[in-house]
Amino acid sequence: MSKERIQISEALYDIMPSDYQDLVKSATYGKEDRGWKDIGTSKELIEQHSLCAGCPESMAFRYILASLPNPEDTVMVGSTGCTSLVFPMVAVHNIHSLFGNQNAIASGLKRALSVRFPGRVKDVVVLAGDGATVDIGLDMTLQAWFRQEKFTTICFDNELYANTGGQESGLMQKGFVAKMAPVGKLFDKVRLPEIARESGCHYVVNCTVSKPSLVEKVIRNAVHVAREIGPTYLQLYTPCILEIGKNSMEGLQEMRDSEKPTERFAYKEYISEPAKQLLAELAAKDKERKAAAKQLAGQASA
Amino acid sequence: MSDYRVLPGPEHFLPPAAASMGIRLPNPGEAHINGVITSEDKAYEEAARQFLMAKVPTIFPGPLVLWAWNEKAAKKATAVRHLFNTLKECVQSGQKPMLIPMPDYRPKYPKINPEVEINPNHPNLTIWHNKIDCCMFIGVHCHQANLSLKIIRGGTSCYTIAMCAQAGHEDAMLSFRDASVEKLMKLADTIKRLKGTVQPRLTSAKNGVSS
Repeated sequence: MSKERIQISEALYDIMPSDYQDLVKSATYGKEDRGWKDIGTSKELIEQHSLCAGCPESMAFRYILASLPNPEDTVMVGSTGCTSLVFPMVAVHNIHSLFGNQNAIASGLKRALSVRFPGRVKDVVVLAGDGATVDIGLDMTLQAWFRQEKFTTICFDNELYANTGGQESGLMQKGFVAKMAPVGKLFDKVRLPEIARESGCHYVVNCTVSKPSLVEKVIRNAVHVAREIGPTYLQLYTPCILEIGKNSMEGLQEMRDSEKPTERFAYKEYISEPAKQLLAELAAKDKERKAAAKQLAGQASA
Repeated sequence: MSDYRVLPGPEHFLPPAAASMGIRLPNPGEAHINGVITSEDKAYEEAARQFLMAKVPTIFPGPLVLWAWNEKAAKKATAVRHLFNTLKECVQSGQKPMLIPMPDYRPKYPKINPEVEINPNHPNLTIWHNKIDCCMFIGVHCHQANLSLKIIRGGTSCYTIAMCAQAGHEDAMLSFRDASVEKLMKLADTIKRLKGTVQPRLTSAKNGVSS
């Protein structure tokens, strides 16, 4: 599928709300090298959302939606949490699962899509919070990895249950005191990236969303590896500025502070051998394509 | 046959599904008015009368006609536009026909602009905002149409017409089935024929039948 398949009936074009007209005219569906740099020059796949002002999760959403390699043929699976406030505004097919069973839904969905559309690439991407991924849905998360289901799991890690007032989650750091966890966390943060690696994920990254180019790279890698080889997992720090007592403008700095080499969100990456090989092949093809395009542009200007 | 009648609301917060009250769908070549099976010809007349009586007669085209999935969808969209243009020509001053799209089924909660679109998950917002007293659904997938029609019947006094491409809708006050370009054109012709014979009402619909 490509942008050409998404057209408004001419007779009713004028009554369509402008955001749909813009999606058809200038969204980056079908664009091969789409990425975060398209933001500002094309229609984004996210409409107005209802997240808090300055929420890093909204930045993450924008970068991820700009970076998905195949948005017109991608289905995202969400779960209960702040993300479920955003999905209704997203112009990518999505399913809201019950709290925690997002990876089970995605498993069935991916299999059904491969039966229904055997000749077509269909990507499935799970996007859920830390409560859904690590606490309530840990069973489904792990079982999907054990079964080597071919989809990407993204965890927006804000280290607590944000939209219910700040309860303790498995990914909360040890000793942290939240509004609804006044005693402070008694245990260490669950080491899900390491668990993901041991559970069979072929591409695992733990990072913040402070750098859009990095988010673009890891999203593309995770989706490509999941498509061809097996499960992938991204744990992205999207701090809840309200629950950690920060102002709207301080989310970015909080992420920068948390990604320093000794901090808990220092960039961590694990790539399996087959995934390394695949990514090397993709990088070589990409280089070739860019060189050809450059040569073509040179000939045209000569 | 059930005594229950599918009438304009507000019925109550959760109106029963008309099917659960014994209302059945029309067979091919038939339609229903208020849950009573009738001939299609009678339904054209009644639908045209309801449109001509309404202060704000409105057509809600759904994704199946708004998006040019194929040639058939594009042709239906043209017929919908023709029907709306006919309606505009045939109403009297003081009546305000509208054509409001339902582009997709995303809940878009809490941001919906009721002036420019209708959402199946809270269609009452668009109906209240624009004071719509008669509407027709066309090109909306059946499960979403049923949901919307029930919400409208529950919370508004709007008269609902379903121009369904499948087997019709019990939850509408008037339903056609097997919608096609020809049926849309025939409805437009009926409206044109009845032009000037029906007086627009001054208040919102309260009973389910025209005089």
